[in-house]
Amino acid sequence: MIKLGIFDIFKKGLEKTKNGFLGKALSILKGGNLDSEKIEEIRELLLLSDVGISTSDYIIERVKESKEKDAIEALKKVLLELLGPDESITFANEGLTIYTLVGVNGSGKTTTAGKLAFRFKKTGKRVVLGAGDTFRAAAIDQLKEWGKRVGVPVISHQWGADAGAVVYDTVTHAISEGLDVALIDTAGRLHTKDNLMRELEKIHKIIKKLKPDQPQEVLLVLDSTIGQNAIQQAKIFGQSTGVTGIVLTKFDGTAKGGMIFSIKRELNIPVKLIGIGEGLEDLKDFKATEFVDELLE
Amino acid sequence: MFESLQSKLSEAFKILRGKGKITEKNIQDAVKQVKMSLLEADVNYKVVKELTDRISQRAIGEKVIQNISPDQQFIKIVNDELLKLFGETASLDLHSRPAVILIVGLQGSGKTTSAAKLALWLKKKNGRNPLLVADDVHRPAAIDQLEALGKSVDIPVFYGDRKDPYKIARESLDFAVKKGCDVVIVDTAGRLQIDEEMMKEAEEIAKVVKPDEVLMVLDSMAGQDVVNAAVEFDKRLSVTGFIITKLDGDARGGIALSTKYVTGKPIKFSSTGEKLDQFDLFYPDRIVSRILGMGDIVSLVEKVQQGLDKKKMEEMEKRLKKAQFTFDDFLDQIHQIKKMGSLSSILEMIPGAQNVKDLKIDDEQVKHVEAIINSMTKKERSNPEIINFSRKERIAKGSGRPLSEVNKLMKNYEDMKKMLKKFNKIDKLGKFPFQMK
Repeated sequence: MIKLGIFDIFKKGLEKTKNGFLGKALSILKGGNLDSEKIEEIRELLLLSDVGISTSDYIIERVKESKEKDAIEALKKVLLELLGPDESITFANEGLTIYTLVGVNGSGKTTTAGKLAFRFKKTGKRVVLGAGDTFRAAAIDQLKEWGKRVGVPVISHQWGADAGAVVYDTVTHAISEGLDVALIDTAGRLHTKDNLMRELEKIHKIIKKLKPDQPQEVLLVLDSTIGQNAIQQAKIFGQSTGVTGIVLTKFDGTAKGGMIFSIKRELNIPVKLIGIGEGLEDLKDFKATEFVDELLE
Repeated sequence: MFESLQSKLSEAFKILRGKGKITEKNIQDAVKQVKMSLLEADVNYKVVKELTDRISQRAIGEKVIQNISPDQQFIKIVNDELLKLFGETASLDLHSRPAVILIVGLQGSGKTTSAAKLALWLKKKNGRNPLLVADDVHRPAAIDQLEALGKSVDIPVFYGDRKDPYKIARESLDFAVKKGCDVVIVDTAGRLQIDEEMMKEAEEIAKVVKPDEVLMVLDSMAGQDVVNAAVEFDKRLSVTGFIITKLDGDARGGIALSTKYVTGKPIKFSSTGEKLDQFDLFYPDRIVSRILGMGDIVSLVEKVQQGLDKKKMEEMEKRLKKAQFTFDDFLDQIHQIKKMGSLSSILEMIPGAQNVKDLKIDDEQVKHVEAIINSMTKKERSNPEIINFSRKERIAKGSGRPLSEVNKLMKNYEDMKKMLKKFNKIDKLGKFPFQMK
């Protein structure tokens, strides 16, 4: 199923950026002892990868404490420890499994919904998509298009309709048809908009009412290119919806997605899936070792 | 009570006293602070390093204005340099008929929404007659999205055969002429700068439409890497400006600074809300204080720069030391303070003063004190000793304040004189020895 590992894709990207304006720094790390120069190199690498100041400081302290002789090996260990063991998305013990996709505008929720539907369908699950983004113009058409490509039904209302009603219909449809998975797309919203965050809470309450053990996962979709604001997003979305995992999208670009270290450290939310392209198959389980290797590449 | 307030005030103002010239050493902390703040705002690490080095080199040797610390002055210098870097608010250069604007960017940055917003802005603010062109044939339903947005603001949308981006681009120009549209806004698919095939597509579209403006859309939440994308887009497509989106969130938007610094191309528009009319020209001062995140200190320095008459302050200090303090001086000092805005707002901005309790100064009360002093004759002001009961009564009437308040002010004045005598034995004297209550 895997044609090209994210490792390869990333390498390909890097080769190109190496000639870019600011892209050359990352190859300077070639092991060696930990002196102050090396530490500065590590700091630069971390900061340029969006790890952020406080988590970078923390990582460097841990690297200094490390008994590992080789600086890069030490750094690798600390980074892997921070991310913890890989966790993939889970299923309900029995009956319907419901996933919701939440996040700010443009992070890639609808595309992720399509790819996830494909992934489940492939493993023989019976899936329905719920077009819960009733706000963005043509978001419903976009999801329907994915439904068509994947061969999965899409429950939808009109543009501007109540998202809660769409969710209600999607879940009741899934229950009455005895489906395995309901995937609910939601409108992009900035975490700073209280009214929109309340709407999201409402959607989750509706799900709970219909199926008290669900949603199985609330997946926060984060764009790899994003900076320090990701932590605030994870925090606020986490508070209002109980985010269980992160989908890191657009990782086929040159951004490093280093903000996931802070999110794991401060909020203990793991990355579960990673998006590496626009094709249907380009959504993979997150593997910490591969991710860290690419960060240090 | 008076003494404790006094000591706290002088402590607070000590922080503000001038310390000669800016040296590498005395701005060390501020440089570090600025770097951290810019990094937290997602300004690219290399840009931060280069920029702060340059600015501090330039700042060294500069004279520190009185009542301001070198650190504070440095932060103000950084602020000014950033403003200079962003330059004037830049608009569009649309001379062709029809003029063509090409909208490009990474996936999810907000191109389609920005295209519609820009069309509405041109229609409403510039009286233009725009045509939107849906040339994103890749993302499912992107064309429907632009079509729906166009319909909602009554702006025509062209999408041709919905398949061939070059054909759509070519035909859109004829369509515009036929429809009498004088500006064509071409929305394109989101693409990664390393996606060779897609970058070529964008170049080909540009060749077809020969755009007057190529605007790249940037998400204000962007992290360290996006400036690389901006550089590549600029190299391939000769970007003429940037649109920065989602500024209604709480991301600090460092990408605006990195991009402007590295490409030299202006940020032209900012998008600040879900509604289609929440879109305007880009104003550098707003983004600078958002990115630098030190607006308090900057506005304090500005106020001091504008407000303080240095000569007068020096004279005052001399008189204070001799304890020759009159109501004229008092009034003078009040005017100085008023020039800088409200007294309590000034105190709030002083780093140390925020932690000092009981430091409440009632702006209303300052007004009353001013009224009372204004009701004194010149002679009374310079010789407060002559103010007897009947003079007090007259002053109370004239100022519209109760007699008790006049008495209180007189009492404070006496206390102050005594205090000043005491203070003059102490070297480090604060500058605002007044109790307003």
